[in-house]
Amino acid sequence: MIGDGMHVEFIAWAYAGVALLTFGLIGYVVWEARRVKERLAALDKAGIRRRSAETNS
Amino acid sequence: MKAFQALISRDLKLAFRAGGEAMTLVLFFIMVGVIVPFAIGPDRPQLTRLAPGIVWIAAFLSMLLGLDRLFRSDDEDGSLVLLRHSVLPLEAVVAAKVIAHWLVTALPLLFATPVLALLLSMSWEQWGRTVLALLIGTPALVSFGALGAAVTVGLRRGGLIAPVLILPLCIPIMIFGVGMLDPMAGGGATLFLIALSLVVTAFSPLAAALALRAAGE
Amino acid sequence: MSVDTVKQPNWFSRLAHPGQFLNWTRHVVWPLAGATVVAFVVGLWFAFLNSPEDYQMGDMVRVMYVHVPNAWLSQAVYGVMFCAALGTLVWRHPLADVANKAAAPLGAVFTTLALYTGALWGRPTWGTFWEWDGRMTSTLVLLLIYLGIIALWRAFDDQLKAGRIVAIVTLVGALNIPIIKFSVDWWNTLHQPASVFTAEGPRMPASILTPLLAMMLAFTLLFALLQIVRMRTEILRRRADSLSRQAALQGGAK
Repeated sequence: MIGDGMHVEFIAWAYAGVALLTFGLIGYVVWEARRVKERLAALDKAGIRRRSAETNS
Repeated sequence: MKAFQALISRDLKLAFRAGGEAMTLVLFFIMVGVIVPFAIGPDRPQLTRLAPGIVWIAAFLSMLLGLDRLFRSDDEDGSLVLLRHSVLPLEAVVAAKVIAHWLVTALPLLFATPVLALLLSMSWEQWGRTVLALLIGTPALVSFGALGAAVTVGLRRGGLIAPVLILPLCIPIMIFGVGMLDPMAGGGATLFLIALSLVVTAFSPLAAALALRAAGE
Repeated sequence: MSVDTVKQPNWFSRLAHPGQFLNWTRHVVWPLAGATVVAFVVGLWFAFLNSPEDYQMGDMVRVMYVHVPNAWLSQAVYGVMFCAALGTLVWRHPLADVANKAAAPLGAVFTTLALYTGALWGRPTWGTFWEWDGRMTSTLVLLLIYLGIIALWRAFDDQLKAGRIVAIVTLVGALNIPIIKFSVDWWNTLHQPASVFTAEGPRMPASILTPLLAMMLAFTLLFALLQIVRMRTEILRRRADSLSRQAALQGGAK
């Protein structure tokens, strides 16, 4: 169990910072992936697709 | 070997005809040394203590400043393409250019160190060791610089990236270079610096030539 | 007719072909995400609720559960980039460039976190946020190398050329990291005869080791997940780039 030790604020700051940056990183990666997929979808809508698109996917 | 010497003398001639670039670099080197006392105060014992570090930082910055012209002008006027197809392997071309660059940019700095020694109230013994350290360490600095210049040669905005890339790699040179002045561990540092400098100077032309080939494809 | 005589590529080149990579990783992403979440829940449960205070460090031991995994990843990610750089230079594998580019920002973030948690750990333990300690200093230099590589990736327009050049820089960096580590340690002993870093013992009781391993597994899974997603994104981005280039060419031809 977590006790009421002397340095609770340091632990809290450490975990908060790690959580913030990690979630920020995950958010960035997801945002980036979504943006590229939107670009591909827009291209697809405009009728621009790979020659192998019919057989491949 | 003849082509190698011809390449070195070509670069030297170019550097002297272009006029004053080496002198400007020396001026910059001295100016960094002049600026520092304004920042940390004119206290002589303190300056004496910090002097080797200041000289090294000044040398570092001067080397970084002169680095961009190592391959850039040759790339722009097309002579780099010719050099890639010359009788010399590209690695030897890079080595020749590194030697020429060292003669033009690093050697003048060594001759300028007495001015800094005077201004920063270094003792003669301290000065001698610093010059020795710079003499051993600067070939490695130039070699890393050649690598940085080769990696960024194709980039229009590469001027800033090369220093950022190679500065972390140069930290050991700085550490052992300044460490040579330590009365206790100086001998070990000298040996480490010599080893490091030899290894870096031997291997960086290979890596730089690889990068130049990749950039030229 | 001659299909049968064509040499079948081995399993690795089949898995590593960019199109095939997109196909098989599609089925991996969600299970991996689930495993990551489970590992984090278990790890955090151990770290906060099911582990005692250390007799020496007290509750500060809980900072270690996020510090050590990030410190491990800061080096492991560079290892991945090193392998990718070899793949680029030796086999000119198209996926190796992508792996290097995908890993660099992840490594930079994990290294930042390692430094951040290290600083927060150091404040109560040594009384200062930053100590020019050998390990912390070389981690800082590693962060600088990561940032330099990211800057180099961003400076190039031609990504194929960038891949090869960044690979060279990655290899040179990898050869230099041990030298930097050694020189920083040497420098550190020169300036600090007394060792300040005594908090860590080599022997750890199981009550600390279990949460530590669980958190390390969780962070490593997170890296694997993010790496795969970023590689997929990068492949798709290149595909989109070449499609728009084609479209622009055709538009110009009309």
